[in-house]
Amino acid sequence: MTGEDKLLRIEGLTKAYPGVVANDGVGFAVAPGEIHALLGENGAGKSTLVKMIYGLVKPDSGTMEFRGSPYMPPEPRAARAAGVAMVFQHFSLFEALNVAENVALGMENPPPIRQLAREIREISETYGLPLDPARLVGDLSAGERQRVEIVRCLLQDPKLLIMDEPTSVLTPQEVEILFHTLRKLAREGTAILYISHKLEEIRSLCDHATILRGGKVVGTCLPREKTARELAEMMVGTEFKSTDRSGRTLGETVLSVAGLSLPPMTQFGPALKDIRFDLRAGEVLGVGGVAGNGQEELLATLAGERVSAPSTVKLHGTDIAGLGPNARRAKGVLAAPEERLGHAAVPNMSLTENAILTGTVRKPLTRKGFVDLAAARSFAEDVIRAFDVRTPGPHVAARALSGGNLQKYVIGREVLQEPEVLIVNQPTWGVDAAAAAAIRQAILDLAAKGAAVIVISQDLDELMEIADSFAALNEGRMSAPVPTEGLTLEQIGLMLGGAHGMQEAAL
Amino acid sequence: MIQLIKRPTPSKAWAWATPIIAVFATMIAGGILFAALGKNPFEAIRVIFWDPLFGSNAAYFRGQLLVKAGPLILIAAGLAVGFRAGIWNIGAEGQYIIGAICGASLALSVYPSESAWLFPAMVIVGALGGWLWGMIPALLKVTFGTSEILVSLMLVYVAENLLAYMAFGPLKNPEGFGFPGSRNLQQYPSAHNPELIAGTGAHWGVAAAIVAIIATYILMHRHIAGFRIRVAGEAPRAARFAGVVPARLVVFCLGLSGALAGLAGLFEVAGPSGQITDSFNAGYGFTAIIVAFLGRLHPIGILLAGLLMALTYIGGDMAQLMLQLPAAAIQVFQGMLLFFLLGFDVLTNYRIRIGKAQAA
Repeated sequence: MTGEDKLLRIEGLTKAYPGVVANDGVGFAVAPGEIHALLGENGAGKSTLVKMIYGLVKPDSGTMEFRGSPYMPPEPRAARAAGVAMVFQHFSLFEALNVAENVALGMENPPPIRQLAREIREISETYGLPLDPARLVGDLSAGERQRVEIVRCLLQDPKLLIMDEPTSVLTPQEVEILFHTLRKLAREGTAILYISHKLEEIRSLCDHATILRGGKVVGTCLPREKTARELAEMMVGTEFKSTDRSGRTLGETVLSVAGLSLPPMTQFGPALKDIRFDLRAGEVLGVGGVAGNGQEELLATLAGERVSAPSTVKLHGTDIAGLGPNARRAKGVLAAPEERLGHAAVPNMSLTENAILTGTVRKPLTRKGFVDLAAARSFAEDVIRAFDVRTPGPHVAARALSGGNLQKYVIGREVLQEPEVLIVNQPTWGVDAAAAAAIRQAILDLAAKGAAVIVISQDLDELMEIADSFAALNEGRMSAPVPTEGLTLEQIGLMLGGAHGMQEAAL
Repeated sequence: MIQLIKRPTPSKAWAWATPIIAVFATMIAGGILFAALGKNPFEAIRVIFWDPLFGSNAAYFRGQLLVKAGPLILIAAGLAVGFRAGIWNIGAEGQYIIGAICGASLALSVYPSESAWLFPAMVIVGALGGWLWGMIPALLKVTFGTSEILVSLMLVYVAENLLAYMAFGPLKNPEGFGFPGSRNLQQYPSAHNPELIAGTGAHWGVAAAIVAIIATYILMHRHIAGFRIRVAGEAPRAARFAGVVPARLVVFCLGLSGALAGLAGLFEVAGPSGQITDSFNAGYGFTAIIVAFLGRLHPIGILLAGLLMALTYIGGDMAQLMLQLPAAAIQVFQGMLLFFLLGFDVLTNYRIRIGKAQAA
């Protein structure tokens, strides 16, 4: 292929941060109308690479060529003017404003709001992205919020659309809608740079893939010609170790939840509505669903941060619904919240202090209320050793750890306290594949020893891998758990309540 | 271009070095200020920082140092506990006044009977008064979600009016020839808070301040309760996860800081001040906020900061007297100290990189 028929061509792009080379001589090219995957683990350098293309980060060296001429955007505005648009993993939307107002805020010269609303409607119909311009963003699902971001990009008529992990917040049906839209855009000549670590998706959607590892391009391929396992091994660089879920027998019921209803914690948060399930010893219950549908609320309620009506939560038949977090810890009910910094751990405190955060009830870290720093340090060291947390030592502040390492620490801290019931929310979110595998194995090992575990996760593959039973959480309601064996993605999608906005699309 | 880069772990060295740098920066900026006012900056700095400790009349001033530092440290020690938890009691001045009124009222109500129990009883009543005044913003916050910052601050003005009413009304000295103000407790042996060691200025309030420093140090750095208080200030959600009940924390922190402020007021009225007058409060409650931050909200830091602050007060008074510096200039000088302190504090968590711009 010659240079003229490529839309974007990158050569030798390098970007170093103190202590780490994020991108090292990266080069690849994207043709018009091509869906090009950037595949790599967390920390492989995908985000830095697209940030340079979008003008958010300036490369140390290397060249970029866009539509045949040199391209080096000093800021995102210049990138947008050149025809590059980006949908971020985390949305930048105002919940208290409606869709059209949010779109207008992201534009240089927005047209009058009524005209803009018309344009939004047109685009959303053309590309099969049902969206009502007058609705408040706070009332939208994650999938619908993503559509707002996509429509905002499409209004600029981009030549290259960058999508950063777009499916992590979507139900399977919403993923289908998104892929339909992306394929249509590609047919019309828009190139799409698609970042993901989900292999099946890339195999079904993308024409080409560039694989990054440790900041370097380690390979390119046609994803349709590779198996998911081959892609994974290219991505991780070693052979994949699958989790071992043998050696478990389900015991008697440990935790039973019935008629659990609670009002929302925040203005736009969901209420919990009549949640009921039984959990047996040695069982791993997977709770699927898009974040923001009551996951945080469910964890907070089971962990004792919020108390619920009497008899709604029972441990071995004893009512624990009114107990606080420490009283529940004393009885063996432990939890690891989703938000690592600020909820599961205190960012500015050392790992030793973070061991004290939840460890004082079940571990002898205090004597008559006085903190035993030596004991706390040794407990922190135990967690670091047992869970292979990469850190100079327990004196390091929690915020200095990478996401994966801190997650291993947080999960390890609870697991080493030998819980009878453990509730974890998004245990492997933003964690690299090796750490994620270690965390999943730790959960399975814990269950094998007879603990009951609830894993709340958006990652359906993960739940299929480790859970014995599956329940969907949608708008604060939880479906009755069903055995995971033989469950298909299709069925799960239906349990999750299908795609938001499908009804509107049918109209 | 100058860039601030966040440190992965807060720097211990800088946490101790920044107050010292701030003091020096204040001396330099203050020196420029004094020079602009036509005074010899070196002389002014010497009068403020050196003469009260080692000058010709130092013996007198050193006593004054403890008299002024005592209440500042006592109040700041309590405030810092709340500030660590993110509970902002701005009304220590009011709690100080109420503590003084309560303690003095008890003494004056039994005047002139002598009893060894009177002074200890006054101490308890004074602490109770400050505690109650602190409970008002605490309970309003817990039940109605009001801002403890505003409510505690407003209650200072209520307390000031109450003080004036007491000085002119119920507590007025019947033998005072019509002058406002109560009887002088210094002339009432059972109620008097005397100098414990002659010439040092150390009265029971100073002893209480030292006890408060040790007690809050143990609480905040050795005990699990203090650990939870710090977690609450750093990460409220993590605190709830660790089992902290926010309402209880509010009541505890406002109660503790109120009680210590009330104690400070009681020791002042029974000691150095001697009587309830409408101008009894000298702003210790507000200055203690500065002291708390100057001391990094750390008990040992507060001890040093209280002494430093007292020094600038005494030295500032001297500079006004001897160099005819305007009072406003001294206040600006004290303001600079806080400004530099908070400014340099950035270095604990960030480092500065001076170099060429990253993005064009």
